[in-house]
Amino acid sequence: MEQLNAWFVELLSNNDIFTANTLGYYLDGLGNTVSLVFLSLIIGLLLAVPLAIARGSRRKWIKWPIFFYTYVFRGTPLLIQLYMIYYGVVFIEGIQDTFLWAILKEAFYPALIAFTLNTAAYTTEIFHGAIKATPRGEIEAARAYGMSRALMMRRIIMPSAFRRALPAYGNEVIFMLHASAIASVVTIMDLTGAARFVYARFYAPFDAFLFVAAIYLCLTFAILYLFRYLEKKLLAHLKPING
Amino acid sequence: MIDLQGYGPRLLEGALVTVEVAVLSLLLALILGLLTASAKLSRNVLLHRLATLYTTLIRGVPDLVLMLLLFFGGQIGVNMITDWLYYQFGVDIFISINEFVAGVVTIGFIFGAYMGETFRGAFMAVDSGQLEAGRAYGMSNRLIFRRIQFPQMMRHALPGLGNNWMVLLKTTALVSVIGLSDMVRIAAEATKATHEPFLFMIPVALIYLLIASVSEWGVARLQKRYNVGFGEADEWNN
Repeated sequence: MEQLNAWFVELLSNNDIFTANTLGYYLDGLGNTVSLVFLSLIIGLLLAVPLAIARGSRRKWIKWPIFFYTYVFRGTPLLIQLYMIYYGVVFIEGIQDTFLWAILKEAFYPALIAFTLNTAAYTTEIFHGAIKATPRGEIEAARAYGMSRALMMRRIIMPSAFRRALPAYGNEVIFMLHASAIASVVTIMDLTGAARFVYARFYAPFDAFLFVAAIYLCLTFAILYLFRYLEKKLLAHLKPING
Repeated sequence: MIDLQGYGPRLLEGALVTVEVAVLSLLLALILGLLTASAKLSRNVLLHRLATLYTTLIRGVPDLVLMLLLFFGGQIGVNMITDWLYYQFGVDIFISINEFVAGVVTIGFIFGAYMGETFRGAFMAVDSGQLEAGRAYGMSNRLIFRRIQFPQMMRHALPGLGNNWMVLLKTTALVSVIGLSDMVRIAAEATKATHEPFLFMIPVALIYLLIASVSEWGVARLQKRYNVGFGEADEWNN
């Protein structure tokens, strides 16, 4: 440990760019990226579950608006959605005078709204697909037991749909992590923002961006392994017996 | 009619830039994807590892970071190489990496990795008996590829390629960040100048949706063409 510490101090002292100061920027950036991605995923997930159920409704006035929402949010770039919400909030007449401005003047919240709406749209479609793929026999069995629709949803359809959706949702989480890099465009100091700052300060593109790429790579692998572990646990009953 | 405050023609120019970037990077991605898939399917261990490294690294890093790296670092890197060439061999060349080149190369590079995975799966899905039959007819490897392997592979690859194209199209919006005047950048400039957040962003969003819808139709037509001879059974399965 001593040696490691000494080695680290040595490394930092022989380095013009990666001083404790700039590493602090990266650390703050990591915090911002993680909280932005984590919060938007959690809120998006909470929104997506009821939306996915409603998306499969037989009533057109419920089904079509949700389809429209997911179509628009999945069919346009996240950057446009971010700009619309960011500038849409900033340029509202008189918003600077209200108490809301204290929260909204920081780009974090508009970005959080944009990311949440975006991931909710993708997640809704993932869950909708998973719900639709429920084997008929399971539904018939639940009906034969006299379950109500709500009970059937809670005990039969949703648990198996969540499991089926797991691999696709893992991809969505990684996609969201990578998409969050554009938060730096609206002045947020996320990981990419920190890298751009360090680049601009030292004019060292390789150091600044390769370092941040390595951090993103680690985060991606962490998510990948987490989902692989979850799949192994939750999908154990689907594995072939000799597999 | 909506008043675009004089930005209408510029938005259309921007839309053209978006389409150019998208199509050129698609071409690059298709070529890289085919190369990657062949490398991954080849028996050469080195090629296989190289392709795996490429797809893993590219898919683990955000597209914007790669684009910034190439845009800001690319010129320095290229200059180092051309300087070296000059001092070693007296070759005097100058290559400039502008926003357009950086954008197209990055997007092509990123989606080459995704296309590679799609093509690899599709090549593996072609029945090996078909290739053996080709060989039995005395076809050369090239002819087998052109007449048998490629058309059947495309049938399996098309849905994946279509999805990748849709994602690629949306990724082109990122070139606005490195300063290329695509429609997103022009809309953002117009928004800042006029303080009208929705007036320019909504038309741009609609153009994206329009391009996406047209391509969806195009992919469906291609799918029909490559599905010829496989009957209705497959359509039921899809």
